[in-house]
Amino acid sequence: MRRLFDWLVAMIVLLLGRRRRKPPEVEERIVPHAPPDRRAETVLIFLFTVSAVCAGGFIAVVALDRIGNQTPYLGLSLGLSLAFLAAALVLLAKRLVVTEEIDEPYTPVEHPVEQAELDELIAESGERFTRKRLVTMAGAGAVGTLGLALAAPLVSLGPVFDLESFATTPWRRGRLLVGEDGRPLHADEIEEGTFYTAYAAHADREQLGSPLVLVRLPLSELHLPSPRERWAPQGILAYSKICTHAGCAISLYRYPLYPEAEPRPALVCPCHYSTFDPATGGTVIFGPAGRPLPQLPLAVGSRGVLRAAGNFSGPVGPSWSGVRDHKPSSPA
Amino acid sequence: MIRRAVRYLDRRAGMAPALKKALRYVFPDHWSFLLGEVAMYAFFVLVATGVYLTLFFEDSTAPTHYHGPYKPLDGMEMSHAYRSAVDLSFSVKAGLLMRQTHHWAADVFIAAIVLHLIRILCTGAFRKPRELTYYIGVTMLLLALLEGYLGYSLVDDLLSGMGLAIGYSVALSLPFIGPNFAALVWGGPFPGSGAFWSRMYIAHVLILPILIGGLLLTHLALVAARHHTQFRESPRHTERRVVGVPTFPGYAPRSLGLACAVAAVLFLLGWLVQINPIWLWGPYHIGSSTNGAQPDWYLGWLIGALRLVPGFDVVIGHYTVIPNPFWGGALFPLLVFGALYLWPRLERRLSGDYAFHNLVERPRDNPLRTAAASAFLTWVALVFVAGSADRVAVYFGLSYVGQIWFYRVFIWVGPAIAFFIAKRVCEELVAGEHAEKVRKAAEERAKAVFEQA
Amino acid sequence: MRAFALLVAGLALAAPASANSPGVVHARTGAELYAANCARCHGPHGEGYQAPKLQGVGALAADFYLRTGAMPLAEVGEQPEPSRVLFTERELRALIRYVAALGGPPVPTPHPERGSLSEGLKLFTEHCAGCHQVAAEGGFVTGARVPPLESATPRQIAEAVRIGPYLMPPFPESAIPSRKLDSIIRYVEYAKHPDNRGGWSLGEIGPVPEGIVAWVVAAVVLVGTCLVIGRRLRT
Repeated sequence: MRRLFDWLVAMIVLLLGRRRRKPPEVEERIVPHAPPDRRAETVLIFLFTVSAVCAGGFIAVVALDRIGNQTPYLGLSLGLSLAFLAAALVLLAKRLVVTEEIDEPYTPVEHPVEQAELDELIAESGERFTRKRLVTMAGAGAVGTLGLALAAPLVSLGPVFDLESFATTPWRRGRLLVGEDGRPLHADEIEEGTFYTAYAAHADREQLGSPLVLVRLPLSELHLPSPRERWAPQGILAYSKICTHAGCAISLYRYPLYPEAEPRPALVCPCHYSTFDPATGGTVIFGPAGRPLPQLPLAVGSRGVLRAAGNFSGPVGPSWSGVRDHKPSSPA
Repeated sequence: MIRRAVRYLDRRAGMAPALKKALRYVFPDHWSFLLGEVAMYAFFVLVATGVYLTLFFEDSTAPTHYHGPYKPLDGMEMSHAYRSAVDLSFSVKAGLLMRQTHHWAADVFIAAIVLHLIRILCTGAFRKPRELTYYIGVTMLLLALLEGYLGYSLVDDLLSGMGLAIGYSVALSLPFIGPNFAALVWGGPFPGSGAFWSRMYIAHVLILPILIGGLLLTHLALVAARHHTQFRESPRHTERRVVGVPTFPGYAPRSLGLACAVAAVLFLLGWLVQINPIWLWGPYHIGSSTNGAQPDWYLGWLIGALRLVPGFDVVIGHYTVIPNPFWGGALFPLLVFGALYLWPRLERRLSGDYAFHNLVERPRDNPLRTAAASAFLTWVALVFVAGSADRVAVYFGLSYVGQIWFYRVFIWVGPAIAFFIAKRVCEELVAGEHAEKVRKAAEERAKAVFEQA
Repeated sequence: MRAFALLVAGLALAAPASANSPGVVHARTGAELYAANCARCHGPHGEGYQAPKLQGVGALAADFYLRTGAMPLAEVGEQPEPSRVLFTERELRALIRYVAALGGPPVPTPHPERGSLSEGLKLFTEHCAGCHQVAAEGGFVTGARVPPLESATPRQIAEAVRIGPYLMPPFPESAIPSRKLDSIIRYVEYAKHPDNRGGWSLGEIGPVPEGIVAWVVAAVVLVGTCLVIGRRLRT
């Protein structure tokens, strides 16, 4: 009886318990399947090869000294090599790998649990302090002042507190004027209508106070302001060549061939076109300069050489806060 | 072989989970999201070509005399810096290509940042939680402007020397602290101490690149931490789920392809088109200048501002308080960058929208913001154009003084016009889309009715 | 950038204000040519009426103004600028001889081949670059347009330097001796086709065209590349 029962159970299990053979399972893929594209692949190989050839060309041009002006060939070969590589990669991206569109969650707005934990961590860590405000202030005082101390040596980057050097020029009474070539200038070689550049003799030319622009105008046309009537012997005027707006060299001089129909003589700066009138002491007649051009008093020395008769009428170069309160000085 | 590499990295650095996350990271792939990458790849080209240039450039202003292949400069007195740059251009293999590619890369770098900034502003990508990313981006723009200025000034040619003098005058014009500040930076009155050139050099080749690089990494890390924004292109694109292309295999070749394209364009320009031919300008001397001197394009807005401001120093009594270059050279850029920094805050305050946004809007979907951005950009662009009024006077014969007066008025009128035009265009486009939708729905209904009958 | 495009379009349509040469009256002798074309402003005997006097300016000035087409001028007070020469060669020679007879310096004979290129660059930068731009591409000064020198002949340069036309300052022999003038002219000749080994020179005027190329070429190509690589918005 037991035997029969076992056989029955076995048969039922065999018939019903047998699972249907599942079809071979499709593997869970990460990247979805897409068909190959042999044409695109061929083009890709071609593009890679051309890119390699161009890069090889670059190396060849660098190695070959014989080619004269190399820049065009170098640029062309390197540029094309990169361009072909770029094309290859874009082709790869669009045709030879699968462009999937998947989505994933944005990161959560915030993490309240961790935020709370951080708050708690900091609060509990500070529990041993009894006078939190005082300790914090003292600590901040220490670190802050130390930080300032570490930054303090930066003041030696420049004469932060001594601004006298800003108003110093190499000009003083008796200083000789020399031209670009270093020769002293003579009064009778300064002709009307044209302009000349001059520097202080025996002084560094590459400072704001050194370059001058000289012009000659008829004495009758001069209207220099009050203390400067004698600053232009024979009508020769000397002005700082450095524009009082932004420090460019004033290398333009407009001089009318036909004054009846043309604007009057003026020194102009090429940067922002500040225009200065030499006849009235360098006043600004157009442009963004806020200060007239500083004038240098001249004197005609022995044998007709031009010498400075003092320092400028005002500080040279671009303005700064308080500039009008400074008088230009010469180094000791 | 790849399997071996992966196994090696994972066993030594435990990197497999991080690599898997990075390689399956999702990028929304709208074309305008690639503009920031263009800037980044231009930065890589800058660093690469820049390193090459530092191997040859001498950063000294000590005088020397030229005796090289370029005849017009023969015997001329110049600084070592200028001479080494001329030698780079004439005597070093690939030197001129590297110099020109480096300079083109700087111009394109900042152009790409500006385009990227316009995209950010007009789509509202700077909104919470991405304000920090935005501030870092604006700071990178500021540093990039400074970096470019220092870079082309290091060469000490006539044009950039004039530009340095102008920079000095702007520093000097800061009320009260100007001369102290200028003395600090330059080490004395212009042209400064001998150490000034070293300061420019170390700032340009080390300090600023590290700062920009570090900020760039932070910028990218922040973008990655929060995921990139996306447009609401379908119901699948929500504030909670980002839809896009994974880094591998989809996005990486696209990105690398863009990198190569940027490098290709820059090197081809470095070959094809001459830029900053310093040997034609000659060396800088304090008593020399030339007509038509201009800064690089990204500082053109400042020369425009400096030329537009009328000629006055603010003087109280006898004390000069504010010299003229302050308005155009310092206050104007302060206002522009101030507006950029404050934009997220102002928009939140004015629109009342303090919410969290992962979706960005098309420009037309927020007409007020797009109009405001258009007005702001028009303002800066008009000041920029005013800076080349003298070239326009030369080529087209228009009166320079007339143009200056025109721009003085139009830089205020133009943005207002731009505002209204932009707002109207946005509204009309949206209305047009809505009308299309209504029409389509009506057609569907009609078709359904027809088919039933 | 929209405003910029509109501005450029507007300017391109604006009529350039270069000196319109009035039509010239053709004649046979120098005196007839003078009477018909010049006397109205310069006076019947070159004594000057609403224009500078021509007595004492010599063949130097006449050759310069007539061969560049700067004269005759349409309106008094306009800037004389180079334009088309409408006289025939025979008429030019007759007219120049007529003005030369009023007295003044002869036509100069410069020798740029004797000058030094490097001295020329130095002198040009010192005396000329402020207005004419260091690569002689021309420029602007308050009140005048400064012409580029790419079509100026050596003789015309020598003449202009001595005359100082319109608002240009005249440079006499004492300021720029002939030997130095030769160097300057040699440099200007060089500047017409300077060493542009870096590629397309964009006119040798500096960063303005460079910025235009960065935007119009590089930015366009790269934005285009982004459009190819990335996707457009699906509506």
